Amino acid sequence: MNRWSGLGLGISLVWFSLLVLIPLTAVIVTSASGGWAAYWNALTSAQTASALGLTVGTALAVTALNIVVGTAIAWVLVRDDFWGKRALEVVIDIPFALPTIVAGLVLLSLYGPNSPLGLNWANTRVAVFLAFAFVTLPFVVRAVQPVLLELEPEAEEAAASLGAGRFTVWWRIVLPSLTPAITAGAALSFARGLSEYGSLVLLSGNLPYRTEVVSVRILSYIEGDKLIDAAAVASVLLVVALVVIVGLDLVSRRVARHA
Amino acid sequence: MSRAAALDTFSRRSFGIGAIGLAVGAMVSGCVGGSATPGGSGSAATTTLHLVGFAVPKEANNAAQKKFAETEAGRGVVWEESYGASGDQSRAVVNGLKADYVNFSLEGDVTRLVKAGLVAEDWNAGPTKGMVSDSVVVIVVPKGNPNRVTGWADLVKPGVRIITPNPASSGSARWNILAAYQQVILAGGTEAEAKAYLTAFFNNVAALPGSGRDATNAFLQGAGDVLISYENEAILARQSGEELDYVVPDETLLIENPAAVLKDANPRAKAYLDFVLSVAGQTEFTKLGFRPVIDGVPHVDVEGAIDPAQPYPEPAHLVTIADLGGWDAVTAKFFDEKTGLVPEIQAATGKKQ
Repeated sequence: MNRWSGLGLGISLVWFSLLVLIPLTAVIVTSASGGWAAYWNALTSAQTASALGLTVGTALAVTALNIVVGTAIAWVLVRDDFWGKRALEVVIDIPFALPTIVAGLVLLSLYGPNSPLGLNWANTRVAVFLAFAFVTLPFVVRAVQPVLLELEPEAEEAAASLGAGRFTVWWRIVLPSLTPAITAGAALSFARGLSEYGSLVLLSGNLPYRTEVVSVRILSYIEGDKLIDAAAVASVLLVVALVVIVGLDLVSRRVARHA
Repeated sequence: MSRAAALDTFSRRSFGIGAIGLAVGAMVSGCVGGSATPGGSGSAATTTLHLVGFAVPKEANNAAQKKFAETEAGRGVVWEESYGASGDQSRAVVNGLKADYVNFSLEGDVTRLVKAGLVAEDWNAGPTKGMVSDSVVVIVVPKGNPNRVTGWADLVKPGVRIITPNPASSGSARWNILAAYQQVILAGGTEAEAKAYLTAFFNNVAALPGSGRDATNAFLQGAGDVLISYENEAILARQSGEELDYVVPDETLLIENPAAVLKDANPRAKAYLDFVLSVAGQTEFTKLGFRPVIDGVPHVDVEGAIDPAQPYPEPAHLVTIADLGGWDAVTAKFFDEKTGLVPEIQAATGKKQ
């Protein structure tokens, strides 16, 4: 390691620690200061457990959807030419740019009681799914797109000339190259779904046992001055996120290996 | 865990709070910052006062600041203001947000500052017990009241969709739930009947948005038939042109909002508090939808009230938090996660559907 790369590593580590590691450790330390009792308290609350189940389940479902639809959108954007492609390129990122409360307002006017489509999904679990799907849409698309652009068509042509069918080419040649990107996008999408709050404020109704998500529970604990409980629930979320991200990584390695 | 222990943890673990803030993303949306400079103060000696408050009385405070600037004590005062959710603002002050004057929705948000040693113990010793504005819980309906709602009994009819802010995540939303429960008692009912009413009420709840303002927005989007809100919020919405009406029920709850001056505040902050509690100050609050906390405020027509000439009708029966034994007793009885009536009812009604 030369002097400059050492400096780079030092700056990166300091920045990463200040911004991520220290606050994360503080959450865990705070939650641990209540001992197991705090975790027990937080997790045996039926309302919290229900919110946790809804949030994790919906985030997983939305991530699965994003893996399929996101990859398809990226494919269309890279491999196909059509009228309005440039516009779609730009529009894809809007869920990133829009303040989430505005996203909630948009979704409410589209899928709420005054829906021009005649669909009233406000204050139901469908609304939670929709909101998660809306805010996480760009992750897989934007992760897969550059990899797809770099992919050499020669490999696919060679496989086809050797008699491989379309499915085989996709399954043995294209997918293994895309898998790391899909996994990265999926992990981001899942993590983003877990923490979503803003777009749900108006849309989901926050109904306990029905549409209440974990971030609302955490906010409730904070409002009730129960910071240890809040930190305990937050640390459970961290563990869930970690498990899913590691799991996705394992799957990705597996798929990449059979290339 | 006791409140004091929670506060102690709070101040020592401010890093943890920051991290939770990160984890929950954009939900702490206090609109910190912004300043108002009322009056054209020509005097060279300006004093900066920091006001930290909940969002609702911003207009009233700005109007009072303008009049305050015309007084001897208020000349040359420049305001640095921060408005947001009451609980968030109170916690921000404990965590070091600079404040001379605080104006919160709930007494507990001032009590938190007393426990943190920032506000004197006797802050509520004055004749108004620390309160600077009053209001009542009202039922908001769409313009023209198409469902002919006249009182609480109409809310538990089959199919009525109620919107009320979430009592767990918004402290101020608790007024509404208490009003729904206590009106049964005020009308001569028993505790059992009140509980039965609240259960029927929650069966009809269509949404529990995060705050009073979010609830108003959801209601305006048509997500419900009635909105439980505060008289001042309804008047302010009508003043800003929103299409809604409201009903002041015969039995309801008195809402009282406190303000306090911090121990190390500039003395002119105390002068502002005195001004807010004067006839001149209360008149400004009255114009913007709040009921006065003192006698002798001259009559003003209040634009936005259902009857601008008689803006603040006296309900037949009015209950106060003090009547119920204070916030600590109310929180333990109604809102505590383990022993509270409201989580119990929410569990029963939420699981059923």
